Amino acid sequence: MTKRTRRQLVTGLLFISPWILGFLALTVYPAGASAYYSLTQYNVLGSPHWVGVANYSRLFTADPNFPLSLANTAYLAFVGVPLQLLVGLVAAILLDQKVLKAKGVFRTAYFLPTLMPIVASTVLFIWILNPQYGIVDDLLGLVRLPQPGWFADPTWAKPSVILLSLWGIGTTMVIYLAGLQGINPELYEAADIDGAAWLHKTLHVTIPLVSPVTLFNLVVGLIGAFQVFAPLYLIGGNGTSGSPEGSLLLYALYLYANAFQYLQMGYASAMAWILFVIIMILTVLVMRTSRWWTHYEA
Amino acid sequence: MTLQADRTPSTIVADQRQGRRTVGRWQIRWRRDVLPTAVVQALVAIVGVFFLFPYLWLVLTSFKSVPETSQVPPTFWPAAWHAENYLAAVTVIPFLLYFRNTIIVCVGVIVGKLVSCTLPAYGFSRVQWPGRDIIFYLVLATMMLPYQVTMIPLFVVFTKLHWLNTYWPLVAPAYLGDAFFIFLLRQFFLTIPPELSDAARVDGAHELDIFWRIVLPLAVPALATVALFSFMNTYTDFLTPLIYLNNDQLWTLSLGMAGYLGRLGAKWNVLMAGAVLFTLPMIILFFFTQRAFIQGITMSGLKG
Repeated sequence: MTKRTRRQLVTGLLFISPWILGFLALTVYPAGASAYYSLTQYNVLGSPHWVGVANYSRLFTADPNFPLSLANTAYLAFVGVPLQLLVGLVAAILLDQKVLKAKGVFRTAYFLPTLMPIVASTVLFIWILNPQYGIVDDLLGLVRLPQPGWFADPTWAKPSVILLSLWGIGTTMVIYLAGLQGINPELYEAADIDGAAWLHKTLHVTIPLVSPVTLFNLVVGLIGAFQVFAPLYLIGGNGTSGSPEGSLLLYALYLYANAFQYLQMGYASAMAWILFVIIMILTVLVMRTSRWWTHYEA
Repeated sequence: MTLQADRTPSTIVADQRQGRRTVGRWQIRWRRDVLPTAVVQALVAIVGVFFLFPYLWLVLTSFKSVPETSQVPPTFWPAAWHAENYLAAVTVIPFLLYFRNTIIVCVGVIVGKLVSCTLPAYGFSRVQWPGRDIIFYLVLATMMLPYQVTMIPLFVVFTKLHWLNTYWPLVAPAYLGDAFFIFLLRQFFLTIPPELSDAARVDGAHELDIFWRIVLPLAVPALATVALFSFMNTYTDFLTPLIYLNNDQLWTLSLGMAGYLGRLGAKWNVLMAGAVLFTLPMIILFFFTQRAFIQGITMSGLKG
């Protein structure tokens, strides 16, 4: 290495030294430690007590809450995320229409919900969807439609959480909007010349050309489903019960319960590593299959 | 010119056979311009109701009296505007204390993120050194690790350091870099012409000089985005304060709001007023920084 290169190297390393410190302290050490903890029983007060793979085997065989939390999370991931993509894309398409007046006003309006802190918006929705006094059930009652229990009803709790997430779809929508604005208008003109109707243009020009954005939003959304926490905690009555009747016991909530309520750090660490593997597999699956449905503009 | 009144079906058919325009100019304009616009505007407005109605209901409820909130069917406008609900919202829970706490944490985090992300981003973009890009991929790779994996050992470490019930666990990590912001800033720094740095180097400037006096001033929009998103994430954060702050004198607004929700006898109108106050700083901030906001989200999505 020349003297100059060495000087460059030192400079570079010095500049990234905050990150190096963070990498060691916040990534490498914790990852190693949690892998170790997952093979122990540890309640923070004492010392870790080696148990081998007992945590993992208990998760997979003797703990009904584990498959329950996975099933609940899968519901949010495979029903909620596609809905989020759909609503985000539709909203973006609506806002991108050339004939639309006052575009900026509507874009701000659609984005406003994402500005509300999650605790506040959860509280708001708990109020709006209150089965007794909430406005939604009141309105439904007025038109003689059935009034679901929303957050209080085990069958409606998860859909209600999805509804809350759809209300805050602004970020996804903004990303889609940016993607839409990157589509070359000549492609639409070419479709027009061929006499394409609006639906045809949307299906065969718009959707394929925003597919990279869809891919991004999909991966982010799937990972997000495994990390949802605040609404579940709050709706379950400021606790980890996942009530009503465990219908909101998703993976992140159950992991938190094991770690900070039952002080089973080893068990929770095992859950964390299983989570890592699941996310890896999902991400790889999505990326692999994306070859068939994503189009990148040449 | 044929008047519309003279158009009988037989004349229309005769015209069509001879290739003349058989639809009036206004009809064309209606079908091509007015109708699509009307349909789109209507759809956009209807969807807009979904996004705006909860906000409206939030504000309306916050001004109602308690009996009004439990009335079925409910009133739309409050019978009287009970502004004292807002007073109750800041007294029933120590709202101002929680607000102060939240701001303290936010400022600590923003400063940390700015310092610990601009320097590495500079190192990954404005300095050539062997292995630079490989290590940058490592930075990106760390984003794949879910927070749950690191959360537990960090809690153990912070407990052993006696940092529970302090703000250190919330603020200190911000000074150790953030892969996402490093990525964002690096992408931005790459757009600054290298000639500027080269010219300064020729003049004998140190790298840190160039960083501070040339690159950073040009990067103010990106810095603003980092500050904005750091603020937003910290202001609304619920899990981290929940884990580390048991002492309710240290609570942030998220915890305070959750605490009030869980309290027996919590009144919906006061709760809504509290939610309005909690959200207000975010909305005000958004209106002053709209472009940075949208740009930041867009950048994260398209480059991601």
